[in-house]
Amino acid sequence: MAGYRYDYDVIARWIEPGEKVLDLGCGDGDLLRHLIAAKNVRGYGVENDPEKVVACVRNGINVIQSDMNRGLTEFDDGFFDHVIMSLSLQAMHNTQGILAEMLRVGREAVVSFPNFGYWRHRQSILHGRMPVSRSLPYQWFDTPNVRFFTIDDFEALCEQNGIAIRGRLAFDEGKAVEEEPNLFASVAVYRLGRD
Amino acid sequence: MTDIARSARSVGIVAPQTARFAEALPLQSGERLDGYELVYETYGELNAARSNAVLVCHALSGSHHVAGRYAGDDDDGWWDNMVGPGKPLDTDKFFVIGVNNLGGCHGSTGPRSINPATGKPWGADFPFVTVEDWVNAQARLADQLGIDSLAAVIGGSLGGMQALSWTLQYPQRVRHAAVIASAPKLSAQNIAFNEVARQAILTDPDFHDGNFYEHGKVPERGLRLARMVGHITYLSDDAMGEKFGRALRHGKALYSYDVEFEIESYLRHQGDKFAREFDANTYLLTTKALDYYDPAFAHGGDLVAALAAARAGFLVVAFTTDWRFAPERSREIVYALAHNELDVSYAEIDCPAGHDSFLLADPQYHAVLAAWFDRIEV
Repeated sequence: MAGYRYDYDVIARWIEPGEKVLDLGCGDGDLLRHLIAAKNVRGYGVENDPEKVVACVRNGINVIQSDMNRGLTEFDDGFFDHVIMSLSLQAMHNTQGILAEMLRVGREAVVSFPNFGYWRHRQSILHGRMPVSRSLPYQWFDTPNVRFFTIDDFEALCEQNGIAIRGRLAFDEGKAVEEEPNLFASVAVYRLGRD
Repeated sequence: MTDIARSARSVGIVAPQTARFAEALPLQSGERLDGYELVYETYGELNAARSNAVLVCHALSGSHHVAGRYAGDDDDGWWDNMVGPGKPLDTDKFFVIGVNNLGGCHGSTGPRSINPATGKPWGADFPFVTVEDWVNAQARLADQLGIDSLAAVIGGSLGGMQALSWTLQYPQRVRHAAVIASAPKLSAQNIAFNEVARQAILTDPDFHDGNFYEHGKVPERGLRLARMVGHITYLSDDAMGEKFGRALRHGKALYSYDVEFEIESYLRHQGDKFAREFDANTYLLTTKALDYYDPAFAHGGDLVAALAAARAGFLVVAFTTDWRFAPERSREIVYALAHNELDVSYAEIDCPAGHDSFLLADPQYHAVLAAWFDRIEV
């Protein structure tokens, strides 16, 4: 998903130099390029959009064309140090399956998503309209997003699935949010593991 | 495309060359070939550093005639849409080599050639050759052309197996490999199709145990059937339905075994054409080379271990409607390469034409190939 890129620096902070990284929904390979430059990672991306696959190849990024809803069955357990999904989880049908797969093939997962509970989104709903914002830039009738959830929803799901939250950073249009992120953050970035 | 645009993107008039090798080639079977010839073509210019060479490996029925035309002939090379100035494998940048494999029937030493030991055509006595043997022979051709390191090796189907094998047999001599519509080994179903094709040839009375040349015969019925079976597997059900459907030549059933359905006409035409041109012994040898190919076999079936020797950067391409070499088979290669932490990209092209898609100019397919070749430094 294009547009929002300030989560890249947060993600990079959680990655150690030389790690093996898998980026799910890697787009044109922008994040992986960033991580290769900043952390010299060994990176692979998964993408299903034909044009973005060509863009990755053009950018010299390893890309595997695949529908993420199919799972990552071909990868061995724990092969990657980090499996990243940047602003794509809300577009996946099989939320729990994807999270489980990420934590199977990766030691840790990094996930970012738009917070449906953001105050501007709440305000839209209060005025009777579905939210359209920088973090949710689509109209209801053409959005690729299929899951609408808040920071609190996500953390409840993690608890329910035995997923450990090892780090969280929340942002309001790029500015860090410390207080009441479920209300004041438009995007959250999580570092997840298994206990 | 207009004729002008076409000629601007073609390598133009080409001519084959012959390389002679006096040194014996040991074969995987334990036999050896004492001297042999390989016929090949080149397109583009080898640069001063000799670093821009790309080898194109052919599949079952292909040849060294990859691109361009022969003087006085209207037929383009078999991968002319891929190779040429401004095409995905751009001959303005790369020096492209096409070579007819050993055991072939387009000019390289094969069953039709004279066996120096007997003074007669090799026929059925021509030794079994494998993908690995072909690659060894190709490497000697590269030696003769003064090429230490190939910028890339590319092939589709059986050609993809050769490209993969290059990266395992000569990891220091190949920097990139494109493995298209291929597989790390054939499935039982694939071997079964090959066996039907072989039996069609072997049981043709005109085959004469492979020595039909001296009887002045050609096992055309066998070759025709072999090609017909092959063609069914190269197309998708949808593509065949789209192209021929149940169209009846006479508009109604004639209760006859002559050609009625258009698909019958197509298969017979393809079979006849092939039987006129192709060599039955080459067909047998080549399908066996396909069947035997299995780099993981020596590693207890572990493909990850088998591909550990590779050093090249890879592009793997499969086609959604290809059931002869299905995308699942290409994904096995991709994940085994990734588990070795090698550079690999994988594109799964949504093209309706089945296995034959790799020979077509699907825009997405060619966009991926063009982007990949464009990144290769020479």
